[in-house]
Amino acid sequence: MARTIIPFGPQHPVLPEPVHLDLVVEDEVVVEARPSIGFIHRGLEKLVEKKDFQEFVYVAERVCGICSFIHGQTYCQAIEEIMQIPVPPRAHYLRTVWGELSRIHSHLLWLGLMADGVGFESLFMHSWRVRESVLKIIEATTGGRVIFGTCKVGGVRRDITADQFSEIRKQLDKIEKDTREITNVFLTDSSVKDRLVGVGVLSKQDAYDLGCVGPMLRASGVAQDTRKLGYAAFKDLAVEPITRSEGDSFARCAVRCDEIFQSIDLIRRAIDRMPEGEIAVKVTGNPNGEFMARTEQPRGEVVYHVQANGTKNLQRFRVRTPTFANLPAMVKTLQGCDLADVPVLVLTIDPCISCTER
Amino acid sequence: MSEPLIIEAIEVGALVDRVKQFRQDGYRLVQISATRLPEQVQVTYSFEREDRLANLRLHLPAAEAKLPSISGVFWCAFLYENELHDLFNIAVAGIAVDFHGKFYHTAVKFPFGTSTSPAPSPKTASPSPSPAAPTAKPTPATDPKPAAAAAS
Repeated sequence: MARTIIPFGPQHPVLPEPVHLDLVVEDEVVVEARPSIGFIHRGLEKLVEKKDFQEFVYVAERVCGICSFIHGQTYCQAIEEIMQIPVPPRAHYLRTVWGELSRIHSHLLWLGLMADGVGFESLFMHSWRVRESVLKIIEATTGGRVIFGTCKVGGVRRDITADQFSEIRKQLDKIEKDTREITNVFLTDSSVKDRLVGVGVLSKQDAYDLGCVGPMLRASGVAQDTRKLGYAAFKDLAVEPITRSEGDSFARCAVRCDEIFQSIDLIRRAIDRMPEGEIAVKVTGNPNGEFMARTEQPRGEVVYHVQANGTKNLQRFRVRTPTFANLPAMVKTLQGCDLADVPVLVLTIDPCISCTER
Repeated sequence: MSEPLIIEAIEVGALVDRVKQFRQDGYRLVQISATRLPEQVQVTYSFEREDRLANLRLHLPAAEAKLPSISGVFWCAFLYENELHDLFNIAVAGIAVDFHGKFYHTAVKFPFGTSTSPAPSPKTASPSPSPAAPTAKPTPATDPKPAAAAAS
């Protein structure tokens, strides 16, 4: 059968950011997908030569416009390990609260995009309506909506008051109730399931071999979650990875739905156990050494490799983002799929090209 | 939380065999990164199994940096290896999906091709380097394969 190459992207309705695929199709079946990225590579890693290691927290936060806080947190953790800075326990807990709020709003954003991708516009709007409630909590506690600017080397810049925690609890109850209604539609509505069940199946072995991370990996049955390493407050707050065994697009959606409730529970537990005390310590001197910090972003494990040589500028800053790690699996799941399923499959890795083009 | 930084020094010739060993032992490839030093390029391969991170590290002469591809062992390495080429001017032989310098569209060719920082300090946060692995004969890189064939 004759083969045709269909270009997908770099501009496409399901893609808020540019990524390109050459889809080799026979009839309407994709037999090969050739990815192209790099259209907007920003060179943030190189910027470490110009910004000192404390200023660079702002740059790290801007690696991504969705999971920005955890980028800043991971960077700070790497520097704090190198400099052996004793971060106050309250700062660890505050970082955990903001990190989990980031995960909730990122997953709700993804649910909205997925609803839009399958043509369920009202579900898209409801998902983003609930997400707005999360953004309001973030705005009230940090002053920002997606770029928080609260993380710094040695702790955090802002505290959350008891009154604010009380209000967050009330809001979380409402968010949980509203999210339950939305996820029930995602997980039971036939028009959603028809587009997701059995589409883009990735086996457990393939997911592991291809270096997948995050919900993409856990939806194929691998119980891997970097929060188990016990960074920040996770040394006190046990996290059991949420997994599914089907490995299809529906499983990836279901994992993200369940992770929203897991994050709500984690925030409640963090508030319950919130220690009193300082939120930051003074940092003096320059880092000298090397560390590889790993945390769990909404899209999966992020790796920060930091090398410092005792000067104010780091010698090397390198970040391996979760989307980068999930691209090979995306290529794999596209092989053999129907052309009409390509947008859904691209969406199911929750691609963040901003991260990838750091 | 302080995850130990375990780094095993290795020679280029032993790379592919050592990576095969990691694969056989059930590790996954986490990342490949490079650091430009004054006269060398330092390349670090990171693997993980059961939350344990292990790293291989080698040094290449900056003038003619060459590496064999490990994408025949870990197919997903093709992304990192194209990155090594486009950002650091490292010639990687036998990448499963070779973009031939078109992976990143950078304004400056090989932006990390020259060093601007002083030599590294030997001090590390959690220094626990293993002894250098024995040098093996250079292992030929695998032949390039089309994406569909390699991933299936």
